[in-house]
Amino acid sequence: MALLEIRNVTRRFGDFTAVDGVSVAIEAGEFFTLLGPSGCGKTTLLRMVAGFDLPDGGGIFLDGTDLTDRPPEARPVRTVFQSYALFPHMTVEGNVAFPLEMAKTPSREIPAKIAAALEDVRLTGFGKRYPHELSGGQKQRVAIARALVTHPTVLLLDEPLAALDAKLREEMQIELINLQKEVGITFVYVTHDQTEALALSHRIAVMNKGKVEQVDEPSRIYGFPRSRFVADFIGHCNLFSGPVIANEGGVVTVDVKGLGPVRVAATSAIAPGRSATVALRPEKIRIEAVAPDGTPDNHYRGTVAELLYMGDVTVYRVHTAGGQRIEALLANSAAGRAKFFEVGDAVETSWPVAAGHFVEE
Amino acid sequence: MPAGREGRWGRWFVIGPPLLYLVVLFAIPTLIMVLASFRTPGEFGGLAPLVDESGKLDLNLDSYIRFFTESVYAAVFLKSIIYALVTTLLCLLIAYPLAALIAQSPKKYRDLLLLLVILPFWSNFLIRIYAWMILLGPQAALARGVNGLLALVGLGPVPLLFSSFAVLICLVYVHLPFMVLPLYANLEKHDRALLDAAQDLGAGTWQRFWRITFPLSLPGVYAGAALVFIPALGIFAIPDILGGPEDTLIGNLIKQQFLETRDWPFGSVLSIVLTLSALALAGLAAWVGRRNLGTPSSREEARA
Repeated sequence: MALLEIRNVTRRFGDFTAVDGVSVAIEAGEFFTLLGPSGCGKTTLLRMVAGFDLPDGGGIFLDGTDLTDRPPEARPVRTVFQSYALFPHMTVEGNVAFPLEMAKTPSREIPAKIAAALEDVRLTGFGKRYPHELSGGQKQRVAIARALVTHPTVLLLDEPLAALDAKLREEMQIELINLQKEVGITFVYVTHDQTEALALSHRIAVMNKGKVEQVDEPSRIYGFPRSRFVADFIGHCNLFSGPVIANEGGVVTVDVKGLGPVRVAATSAIAPGRSATVALRPEKIRIEAVAPDGTPDNHYRGTVAELLYMGDVTVYRVHTAGGQRIEALLANSAAGRAKFFEVGDAVETSWPVAAGHFVEE
Repeated sequence: MPAGREGRWGRWFVIGPPLLYLVVLFAIPTLIMVLASFRTPGEFGGLAPLVDESGKLDLNLDSYIRFFTESVYAAVFLKSIIYALVTTLLCLLIAYPLAALIAQSPKKYRDLLLLLVILPFWSNFLIRIYAWMILLGPQAALARGVNGLLALVGLGPVPLLFSSFAVLICLVYVHLPFMVLPLYANLEKHDRALLDAAQDLGAGTWQRFWRITFPLSLPGVYAGAALVFIPALGIFAIPDILGGPEDTLIGNLIKQQFLETRDWPFGSVLSIVLTLSALALAGLAAWVGRRNLGTPSSREEARA
């Protein structure tokens, strides 16, 4: 049985349904991420798990016990807030001691527990400092130590790295992964940053407009997005839509406007005549100056209309004669110069049937 | 350098007027008072000549000796401090929930509620004290109600007016806004996330108040306490109008020395002692306040 079960939870604010019948089951020891754009309901859902907000329908169960109506202080769940919310009038030690004192921990046990928690977040020796004497990253660690010191069953993290700069964020990501492994506590992490979600999580729930679109491992979310929204939100994706004109020998052919027939490996029975959308990651597209060898499954000519040089890779936007846009991504390292093509170059794009897959609208 | 000189003139232009104001209306009068406290009272009030007939400079410690040797003055002083402390405490107890309520109310109502707090300032101070005379008078509903209840349990009627009760109730009434405003200014800035965090970490309602809200509001408490305590210590109009013979405070004593007894040197001594004790108490409060905020001891005290 799952450790934390969110069953059919709904939350409305007036006419607006922030969370719309969400059901998610999170396993013990899992690093689980709620990912979605702002306003998708992920933070509202997290606040309901923490107890700061009550669902209008459905229930939240921890280890089989109904938590729904319990106040935050009576839940074995701790939150790391986006703003850290460190108590400014207390030292680092005072902040970390706070939940222990609230739990009536015998005072002789407190110093050892503080020391252990600070060691977990690599802040040994910072105990006597005040929050205003710490950097953003250090404050973040204190907030995590404070939340973990009582060994909660679940740790909720609400965009905890959003306020840090890119370099520090990456460092903290690695530390969070290690910390979670070390303490073995279930982490429920909220973020709008898809790369962060992919890097950190065991599983991701992608949310949109109050609903969960897909729950899966990062590689499945990225490689096999189920819906148009997920494909588009996670990384870059070419989305080609059109009517199905054939389904033969395990290959479905879709007639895409401005491109022509696009062939995709059939993953389910799709009858001809229906409309379908094909998702195709830019890095799966071959882009060459001369026509590819043999007869590839999909092959289209075009011109480089725009490019984004990003150092390690370059994103090429190729326009076909029919007016369709194809986005392709190439690592620059093999080029032997800065990049392969320039704007205006005529190029040949191709990909095998296995590269694309169908997504729901 | 012309730029430097211009800057210097600019600075004098800004700080000059308030400095002049302070020198002429505060520093010089204080010095005159300090000097007067060492002089001899004149035969018909005021001051005796600074240089007497024999050409000797007439400066002495007589008035100070009188203050420190006659215990009646120390007693009045102590009583004044107790009245001011009780006033400060009562103001704090009433103002804190009020300020918290205003700080938590929806933004659009806050200005209106603050306006209601300072509304009494729009009518004259003395008129408001006389209003209390009517409210507390023997024929008013309040006195009749209280004495009616007392009669039920077999106790004799008590006068509400011309009593310490009347003085204290009016002291609290007059000074309440001075406590509400700094408390509100402080509480309004509190970060809601801190209370959420405390609750998340297991703190109940009272623990959230005593461990988070109250310690963080201490600067507002100290500011309000100073704004109430210092004027309450020197007040004379309220005990004059609403108090009984037992309610003579240091302010009344000073007023008597200057206007009735016409002993200016002794009045000066009383004023100086009042100023110094107010300064000392304010300094003490500031020191305690600084110690409480920003040193590890704050946690120990908060926990105790």
